[in-house]
Amino acid sequence: MSQALALRARNFRISFWQGIFVVLLLLFLGVTFVRFTRGLGAVTNLSDGFPWGLWIGFDVLCGVGLAAGAFTIMATVHLLNIKRFEPIVRPTLLTGFLGYVFVIIALMFDLGQPWRIWHALVFWNPHSVMFEVAWCVMLYTTVLMLEFLPIVFERLRLERPRRMLRFVSTPLVVAGVLLSTLHQSSLGSLYLIVPSKLHPLWYTPLLPFLFFISAVGAGIGMTFVESYLSQRAFGRHLEMTLLEPLARFMVVILTVYGLWRLRITQANGALAGLLHPGYEQWMFMLEIGLGVILPVALLLSRRIRNSPRGLVGAGFLAVFGFVMYRLNVSVTGMEATSGVHYTPSWMELVVSLGLLAIGMAIFAVAVRVLPIFPEPEGGPGAAGFGGDDAEAGLIEGEAAAPGR
Amino acid sequence: MSVGLLFDSTKCIGCGGCTAACKEQNNLPLPIEPVTTAYTWTIVEKRDGAFVRRLCMHCLEPTCVSVCPVGALQKSASGGVVYDAGKCIGCRYCIMACPFGVPKYQWDRAIPVVGKCVLCPDRVKAGLATACATVCPTGATLFGDRDALAREARARIDAEPAKYVDHVYGLEEAGGTSVLMLSGVPFERLGMKTDVPRQPLPLLTWQILSKVPDFVILAGAFLFGLHWITHRRDEVRQAEEDER
Ligand code: SF4
Ligand code: SF4
Ligand code: SF4
Repeated sequence: MSQALALRARNFRISFWQGIFVVLLLLFLGVTFVRFTRGLGAVTNLSDGFPWGLWIGFDVLCGVGLAAGAFTIMATVHLLNIKRFEPIVRPTLLTGFLGYVFVIIALMFDLGQPWRIWHALVFWNPHSVMFEVAWCVMLYTTVLMLEFLPIVFERLRLERPRRMLRFVSTPLVVAGVLLSTLHQSSLGSLYLIVPSKLHPLWYTPLLPFLFFISAVGAGIGMTFVESYLSQRAFGRHLEMTLLEPLARFMVVILTVYGLWRLRITQANGALAGLLHPGYEQWMFMLEIGLGVILPVALLLSRRIRNSPRGLVGAGFLAVFGFVMYRLNVSVTGMEATSGVHYTPSWMELVVSLGLLAIGMAIFAVAVRVLPIFPEPEGGPGAAGFGGDDAEAGLIEGEAAAPGR
Repeated sequence: MSVGLLFDSTKCIGCGGCTAACKEQNNLPLPIEPVTTAYTWTIVEKRDGAFVRRLCMHCLEPTCVSVCPVGALQKSASGGVVYDAGKCIGCRYCIMACPFGVPKYQWDRAIPVVGKCVLCPDRVKAGLATACATVCPTGATLFGDRDALAREARARIDAEPAKYVDHVYGLEEAGGTSVLMLSGVPFERLGMKTDVPRQPLPLLTWQILSKVPDFVILAGAFLFGLHWITHRRDEVRQAEEDER
């Protein structure tokens, strides 16, 4: 009886979120129409003083960063040959692929003339970081797609194309790691050219390196968050025995990154300013305090490291810190010298949130129809899945074999 | 020959002739706006009792040219930084990166392009001075060879040290610009950016970007090598299986 009640409560929750989703989607379509008929000024708060806003700062910089889990795990499993992390490969690949699709769509909104995107292929300027970024986006999306396709082929039982792709899997992994490294860091390099515009709390010639390492930290944090969400929604998740060592790895990465950040801030002479904090200083402390120091402190506790809630909390904080870093560099740190105050318009928010929601919806569908997460071993969530999944499970049984 | 402009704020009477001439020369729509926009490429502003022109500085090593992914902005041989609207994808990196805040965007159009002073390339090619310099009634905006203008600027300061601030703006800013300025009041009070680095900014990114090919080759070799080492055991096992 109580089970039925719980089920009804759950159904209501789902329809509530589905309602929000539909409303968001309608608004998204409306804004899209205005954006492409009346120009950027009609929907955004961007101006000549502040030409890059939320779509670059959040959608592009963060979308790419959240895909960092994919190359980190791919390198661990396929290049370092640490096979026990194999079960994480697929969820991170899916996130990475969706992250990049998200970025490309966001770019279509942000570019003044997106239909000319192919110009970057024809008119070269290798001196431009944006040129490098454009190539990285295109090439790495292709690589991610090729790395992801075997999962689709597996579901469709297409053995031949799957074997063909396996033949090139090592070059693909190497290309993926190279491209990701270049891309993550090049997003930081975008801001190398504005030493007189970006606040000294964030400007440093080391921006590309910091963007790279912070993305790796966030990529791992994202893995925790995904695993937790999938567990709640579909009863599919990753084993604690896998996540715990990842948590240790994240502690190391975030510690190195945090110390580096503080050292650079000190070298820039911006550390003393924290004693008399203004707007920028508060944002900096929020970023480092909540997004770096707190997750490290949490994960140093063995108890938290071994609890799913603790992990997801720390993972969420790391992702939060990463998003703040990107927004602080792209928005907070650029405001003072721009002479204008920028807050995104509601329409900019609708596009960003709409894309995020669409991405999450695709993730949810993909997790159901494709063999992404390992089959739950008779857990309570397993009961909810019909014959469809039993079939997928069979195929997956084979797939898990090659590692052993 | 590389040409440029010398703007002498002490000679400017704020008539706005340059702004109007620029509009006409470049077929820009009216009205004349109070700040530079994609439709108003140059304005005259009154600051601290003096007049100052806002226009592209035409850097010798332009930031905007280096950041444009598709090469829509180019430094022409004659000195002007010109813009090819047909190539521009609208990423607005030039607007974000220019240390002088010059390029502007058509935010109100569905098919927008960038707008900025391009140093009248057609006129310069025909051997004429820029439109703004031609109409200037007092000679506050002077057109000529950039290096000759730099010498002229120095000579004016030396001749009347009491009248001028001892600085030729644009001689060293961002590695030097083709547009030079003289003033009787400190440049920051004219609203000119005085914290612009002295070296050309494109170097800052090139230091990193020029390493990309090396990185790809070395890291690529390393990663394949890593794979080769870590998969040795798998290969051995495979070989054993094959024997069986
Ligand atoms: S002032 Fe700005 S727009 Fe003009 S050439 Fe220099 S970088 Fe380019
Ligand atoms: S907005 Fe146009 S001109 Fe400016 S950098 Fe981008 S592509 Fe080049
Ligand atoms: S040089 Fe030509 S484009 Fe530039 S401000 Fe003068 S008239 Fe306008």
